[in-house]
Amino acid sequence: MSGPVAIAEREWTRFTPAQRIGRWLTYLLAIAAVVWAVRTVEVIPEFLLDAPQQVADLFRRMWPIDWAHYYQANGLGVHHALVETLHIATLGTIMAAGLALPVALLAARNVTPFAPANFFAKLILVSSRSVNSLVWALLFVAVFGPGPLAGTFAIAFRSIGFVGKLLGEALEETGKGAIEALEATGASKANILRMGYWPAVRPAFWSIVVFRWDINVRESAVLGLVGAGGIGMVIDTALNTFRWDRVALALISILAVVLVAEVLVTFVRKRIL
Amino acid sequence: MADLSRTPSPSDARDDGLRSSWLARLGWLALFAYVVYALSILNFNVARMLAGLANAAELLGRMFPPLFSRADLRELMFAGLLESLQIAVLASAVGILVSLPLGVLAARNLMPAWLSWIARGVIMLCRSFHPIIVAILFVKAVGFGALAGILALIVASIGFIAKLFAEAIEEISLKQVEAVRATGAGFFNMLIFAVLPQVNARFIGFATYQLDSNLRNSTMVGIVGGGGIGGTLQAAFGRFDYDFVCAILITIIAMIMIGEILSQRLRAIFL
Repeated sequence: MSGPVAIAEREWTRFTPAQRIGRWLTYLLAIAAVVWAVRTVEVIPEFLLDAPQQVADLFRRMWPIDWAHYYQANGLGVHHALVETLHIATLGTIMAAGLALPVALLAARNVTPFAPANFFAKLILVSSRSVNSLVWALLFVAVFGPGPLAGTFAIAFRSIGFVGKLLGEALEETGKGAIEALEATGASKANILRMGYWPAVRPAFWSIVVFRWDINVRESAVLGLVGAGGIGMVIDTALNTFRWDRVALALISILAVVLVAEVLVTFVRKRIL
Repeated sequence: MADLSRTPSPSDARDDGLRSSWLARLGWLALFAYVVYALSILNFNVARMLAGLANAAELLGRMFPPLFSRADLRELMFAGLLESLQIAVLASAVGILVSLPLGVLAARNLMPAWLSWIARGVIMLCRSFHPIIVAILFVKAVGFGALAGILALIVASIGFIAKLFAEAIEEISLKQVEAVRATGAGFFNMLIFAVLPQVNARFIGFATYQLDSNLRNSTMVGIVGGGGIGGTLQAAFGRFDYDFVCAILITIIAMIMIGEILSQRLRAIFL
């Protein structure tokens, strides 16, 4: 059968049968997963019944907020912890940027045209990203003991994957023109990196680093819950002593810092890109 | 237009990214000064680093080989993983279902200003805290267990999906909307035939990304009592059972990677 009549009579469908089956299977799978989760998850309904009372109790305990706890001369107040959190986030980001640079160079196929090296670098990046920063923190608390050192390393090791992946992609997108021109002059590999690749990825690099710093400010605020320093330690202590008025103060402080960081990062990224 | 016949003078030399300017050098110097200052503030020193290295070697030595062989621990681990999976599935399902209407309500080009501002306020509230902190508050509200983790991750999902969904809707082309309106279609028909087809693909992208994210976080909320494998992991750390810790970590990473492959497949089917 051919000719214009056959084409006109052909039934047009948006999806091929395989696509349709794939979609239905996905819906089915999603519904099955939800049904399975609802039926098997262990939720204690009695706990849900008194949730309104608990929430009311939570706000009653939070109010009035213990503003006096913001600055304590002994360094146990919110202010010191907040400054420590910012240092953890910033130092961790700087360290991550330094560590991610060589890994990104190895991961970029055009910079390192050697497949096993690319694979090795990708492995480092994936394992860095697959481990949550809280788990990194638990590990580094075991290594360095409780404190901001563990937190800084946790932030750094979690960020290597993020910075390295994005930087590696930026490197791979670098145009060939400048690189070939440099090669033609007989420039050394180091000079090609410094004069060819670096100017091309520099805006992307700073933008990635600043973006990650913003994320790290948020993340470093919770690391203290496992003992890795910063404002999370204050929250942990307050929780253990049921001082919800202090928890409220810490939460408000975190919110303020996160908002300021976000505004700052938006401003800086606009200037860079 | 620049005068091309004029010979370039040194003042024309802009920052071309090749020469390092004084400002850039000053910047690097400031960065270096900050690092030294921050290191001293936080009491970092070589002795602690070296001690840490020794500890790290010992830690790694005790982590390997990972302990998979004890049946009771293995059961504990799989129970925790299953609960994490349940948390991730339920939080994603509810989060996606809530984000859909909330994202539409927050889109400024479809809704009156007062309504979109209310919706945006709700979304901003959901975004303002780290999921772990939200989990702490829910543990207080509904007690220890999976429910607190589910609620915390629902909040995180709404904050992410609804925000990006609203932004996607604000970027749609209004031509289709006008065309559908011209046929006399009501609001919901306009939504279904003019708006959603334009943002469908992006919504699926956000939702599958959040599914991955929820899977990662569902393994962590247990640290503050929100259910799942996190509690088991922290307990293992506390008892210095580092070989069991290693087994849990390997399983978590495997689960997350399988989840990522699955959500990639999902995107391939729908996009």
